[in-house]
Amino acid sequence: MKFDTVIIGGGLSGLVCGLRLQKGGKKCAIVSSGQSAMHFSSGYFDFLDRTPDGKDVSVPLDAVDLLDKEHPYSKIGKARLTAYAEEIKGFFKGCGIILNGNPLRNGYRITPMGNLKRTWLGLDDFQVLETEGYPWKKVLIANIEGFLDFNTAFIAQSLEAKGIECRTSVLKIEETERLRRNPSEMRATNIARVLEHGSVEEKAVKQIGNLLQDEDAVILPAVFGLKKAGMKEAIEKALGREVIFVATMPPSVPGIRTQMRLRSEFEAAGGVFLQGDTACAPLMNGQKVASIGTVNFGDIRLEADSFVLAAGNFFSKGLTATPECIHENVFGLDTDASAARSDWYDTDFFNRQNYISYGVKTDRKFRCMKDGNTLVNLYATGSILGGSNALYEGCGAGTAIFSAFSVADTILSENA
Amino acid sequence: MSQNGKINRNEFDVIIIGGGITGAGTARDCALRGLKVLLIERHDIATGATGRNHGLLHSGARYAVTDQESARECIKENMILRKIARHCVEETDGFFITLPEDDLDYQKKFADACNSAGIKAEIIDPKEAIRLEPSVNPSIIGAVRVPDGSVDPFRLTTANITDAKLHGAKVMVYTELVSFIKEGDTVKGVKVHNHITGEDLEFYAPVTVNAGGIWGHAIAEKAGTTINMFPAKGALLIFGHRVNNIVLNRCRKPANADILVPGDTVCVIGTTSSRVPFDEVDDMRVTPDEVDLLLAEGAKLAPALASTRILRAYAGVRPLVSADNDPSGRNISRGIVLLDHETRDGIKGFISITGGKLMTYRLMAEWAADAVCKKLGSDKKCQTMDIPLPGSKSEGIEEISRKIWAHPTTSQKASAGRHGDLIGKVPSENEFDTSLVCECEEVSTGEVRYAIDELDVHNLVDLRRRTRVGMGTCQGELCACRAAGLLAQARNCAEGERNDLKRFLNERWKGIYPVGWGDALRESEYSQWVYSGVCGLEK
Repeated sequence: MKFDTVIIGGGLSGLVCGLRLQKGGKKCAIVSSGQSAMHFSSGYFDFLDRTPDGKDVSVPLDAVDLLDKEHPYSKIGKARLTAYAEEIKGFFKGCGIILNGNPLRNGYRITPMGNLKRTWLGLDDFQVLETEGYPWKKVLIANIEGFLDFNTAFIAQSLEAKGIECRTSVLKIEETERLRRNPSEMRATNIARVLEHGSVEEKAVKQIGNLLQDEDAVILPAVFGLKKAGMKEAIEKALGREVIFVATMPPSVPGIRTQMRLRSEFEAAGGVFLQGDTACAPLMNGQKVASIGTVNFGDIRLEADSFVLAAGNFFSKGLTATPECIHENVFGLDTDASAARSDWYDTDFFNRQNYISYGVKTDRKFRCMKDGNTLVNLYATGSILGGSNALYEGCGAGTAIFSAFSVADTILSENA
Repeated sequence: MSQNGKINRNEFDVIIIGGGITGAGTARDCALRGLKVLLIERHDIATGATGRNHGLLHSGARYAVTDQESARECIKENMILRKIARHCVEETDGFFITLPEDDLDYQKKFADACNSAGIKAEIIDPKEAIRLEPSVNPSIIGAVRVPDGSVDPFRLTTANITDAKLHGAKVMVYTELVSFIKEGDTVKGVKVHNHITGEDLEFYAPVTVNAGGIWGHAIAEKAGTTINMFPAKGALLIFGHRVNNIVLNRCRKPANADILVPGDTVCVIGTTSSRVPFDEVDDMRVTPDEVDLLLAEGAKLAPALASTRILRAYAGVRPLVSADNDPSGRNISRGIVLLDHETRDGIKGFISITGGKLMTYRLMAEWAADAVCKKLGSDKKCQTMDIPLPGSKSEGIEEISRKIWAHPTTSQKASAGRHGDLIGKVPSENEFDTSLVCECEEVSTGEVRYAIDELDVHNLVDLRRRTRVGMGTCQGELCACRAAGLLAQARNCAEGERNDLKRFLNERWKGIYPVGWGDALRESEYSQWVYSGVCGLEK
């Protein structure tokens, strides 16, 4: 099979790259092995919350100059990054996804612990708070009865510490009984499916209405809207109060919804999405990748002019750590990991963990290296890139999206 | 009630310091003899060496060649535990295998020594050994079958504590010894600090027992004497599933990393042995060198270990004691050490029970309780070799099954295994009780509530020791947050629970990062994103 570009990885970065290329007139295939970081999304995208030396960031673009030259943002450059930030809302709107918030400034979100955490843009039903404070006086926090992946007590305690009056309550939804029969089925996405069935959602909203007293807002677990967004507005309209969705433990309803939306948009634009398949056995032609195989296709090869590696970090199996080294799984690319295992970790769970920053080495155009040589038609995007600590710096989504934009633009301009 | 209630509440026949298996066993033994018992433990039960070993139900074969006395003690206690602690024990049997690099002549010497110690040791054909235990190294040239097994030390300690309490003992966890109350050369009682309530309390008893394991060294110092202890660190690795079903040992002189024990859903390889300074014993961390050694040696027992996911690394400290006349420590014994400080140091009303092993805890308790009774002038006899522990009283699985028929099949076996015939106490009336908190270990909401209400659970780590929440392959990834929610609800303290959740995650991480590669690292990356990222928890 012959494509213009084959992308390995169907998470945020691979999909954004595929969409930009496909919409730019290239014929693309995405090989996706399954789950991605979108499955544990908070419902928000982060651009740059914190500098590598720990300073809080309000205006991400202002902090780009402080980054190391190997940081993906440094490779994109401030000028292009600014243009991309200004363009991002339009790009996602074109895919049917509304991003809330100011793309040039950071705001705040409410965490599942009830705290405020810096963030950048909210997905569809997720609102970004502009300043560091809760804008309500009195809040109802409601959970689905028996749902253990959302803890109203933690949220209430955080809000009460800031002087917000809170009341917690449960929604008794008899349709979830079927889920409860199997002890491990009460999970966010399963509840979301039940809610979207028939008139269950309507009944749930009515119940929230009955629970409400004089609160000015309702905090709910993010279990509404797996297929389509818009439930925030619908509930607000029905109840006349502000609704705030707060992330649950994974799987993430907004993350999965967004990923499914991007995938259908990619396929609608003519892209080929190979779900549940794993790239393997690359064939090289000098410093070029000629083709790759996949596990499902056996000896049918995927050929392309260019290849994009957006296979993610350890969780998504883009990288694998062994006791001896950290290696890239498909091509055996050069990585920037320290050779000493003791450098990989901090002994405190909550400190910066170096292993998360490791990734493949690339040149300024994100072209990958193998044995010290640049592979001229193999690019990397997203969290498989080295040079940044996405968790510590809060730059995961920004890196995923902007490196995908950058690589897609390079491919479009070089193979025009 | 007595007219002099206040004094009565603070007066006991015996005070036991230490909530490891030795202290718990001693408390049970004394309580069964009708004594009024107080047990204090500065952390939770089973936090020290008790919970940081192989969980091996020694047949004694390991000691047969070098120490016949220990071997005899082991096999005797082995047979007793199979009877009294049935729900804590798994009768797996064990092999002592000879590899091509080992001396096959040792095998006969070994089997003879076992048999003379009363341990049934049967030399079997290596082919038959491979058939019975397919994970064993296929190049073995010899195999001896012995009655090894595995034992769950957390369950065993909990059962001893539960029975002690049923017989009137007072058990105070998170209660630390501040100082001894002494009158002249007699220990009259203890001053303690309760870390949960913040109270400082005094308790009195004619006899105090030091069952502090390696910390017994510091306890003895507070009483004005010294015990010649040698902290010996032993590191172990837990694998993500059971590679073997029969305990695998090397048939040679005891050495590093030569025992692989299956237990519950996992298997454990160990140990190393190295002397550590006393100031490190509160925070044992496993080094990369120890991990590499355990892996290399482990793969010789069962080659599949080289490619099996490692869940975590941990280390305990053996409370080894050297003879009083040997300060150099060359003559270290692994046997039981009972010290009557009156005859030894002139300190009345104070004894120390130390040395020994998990396997011989009951015998240690018997010795200690005998010594207590002698001091009290009581002639009550030990009954612990005959009376089953709570959880092991019923006739078998059918009777237990009757109590849990309404549980989902997924969790029946798991929770029945953990609680034995006490399983009827775990609430399972409705689907909320049966919903799973921990999917790896199949721990239900009801079981978590039971542990919080009845088993002295104060935090997530305690809960893990009682129920195995967070012990499975995900190492607390999702269940930590779920269980924290239930604890916050039960104790009505969300802020305390949030800090508890952070401590729990760090406690898990401590055992993961030494083996942080492969799937263990994938899982950790996910956990770190969920808790530091999505939840925004910070140090």
